[in-house]
Amino acid sequence: MINGGTHCCSKGDSVKVTVRRAAVLCLLLILGIGVMETSATGLLAQSMQTSQQDEFVPIDELETEDQLPAAPLLIAAYGFAWFAMFVYLWSIWRRLARVERELASLASRTTER
Amino acid sequence: MFPPLIVLAMIFFVCAPVFIAWAPYESTMGLVQKIFYFHLPSWAAMFVAAIVCGIASAVFLFKGRVIADRIAVSSAELAVVFGLIGLVSGPLWARKAWGVWWQWDARLTMALVLWMIFVAYLLLREYGGPGSEKLAAGVALFGMANVPFVYWSVNVWRTVHPTTNVVPTLVPGMRGALWWSLVGFLLLYALAMMARVRLEEQRAALERIYRELDD
Repeated sequence: MINGGTHCCSKGDSVKVTVRRAAVLCLLLILGIGVMETSATGLLAQSMQTSQQDEFVPIDELETEDQLPAAPLLIAAYGFAWFAMFVYLWSIWRRLARVERELASLASRTTER
Repeated sequence: MFPPLIVLAMIFFVCAPVFIAWAPYESTMGLVQKIFYFHLPSWAAMFVAAIVCGIASAVFLFKGRVIADRIAVSSAELAVVFGLIGLVSGPLWARKAWGVWWQWDARLTMALVLWMIFVAYLLLREYGGPGSEKLAAGVALFGMANVPFVYWSVNVWRTVHPTTNVVPTLVPGMRGALWWSLVGFLLLYALAMMARVRLEEQRAALERIYRELDD
């Protein structure tokens, strides 16, 4: 009974050890893959950054045909601001003139009565 | 009061480009940065218009004063005009500085929403029918509440738009041109407000006469 029990326990222990070994192996494998992937991504990012830095050209060093001219944008912005203000003030003046004209005609009609 | 204000506003507005031309070039953006001298004042005038509209609407809602309603509708119209100038000048600057016309970041999106609130206010006044003044006044309160969020958004959320510390760190040459332009825009706002409130008063007088004639 004791022998049988010992035999039973040692068999169970060996199973447990095997499971533990497999678990540790899996963990190591996962860690290894993780580390490899991280370093690969890092290297890739580094190489991409280097290539992007190599590609970077300051805007004032671009070819003339590649540069976006600033003057038309500036003129458009200022032109629109002036135009919008002018149109709005003109619209107020026009609406005011119409109402005042109507008021005057009504006043003349009421005095005639 | 009215003619001197017209002259003063015109002096500021006509002379502004001269001062802007004298202002030094910004080192990274160059010429296109000069849009700033109209872009920022237009938004400043828009914010003032939105706040005036909101306060006047609150007075109209809680005290029932008709003059407050006239001020509110006049200021809402100006908020839309100045906001439109800001919304057009901004993308023209961004195209060169950022490489895109528009970016859906916190500042730009909130500014667009603010402008749309005041467009909604005017649409409500125009097509809302009787009693729409009070509904519109409620909308204006939301518009006014949005102003500090728009202003502060660049400091809270990550955005391509510069933060609020640009103005305090300007070099003296740039600061002078900016203040000149800002005063010009605010004078124009005051001038347009006076004319627009007068228009509302004349309309009310006309309506009163028609009502008396009907009776």
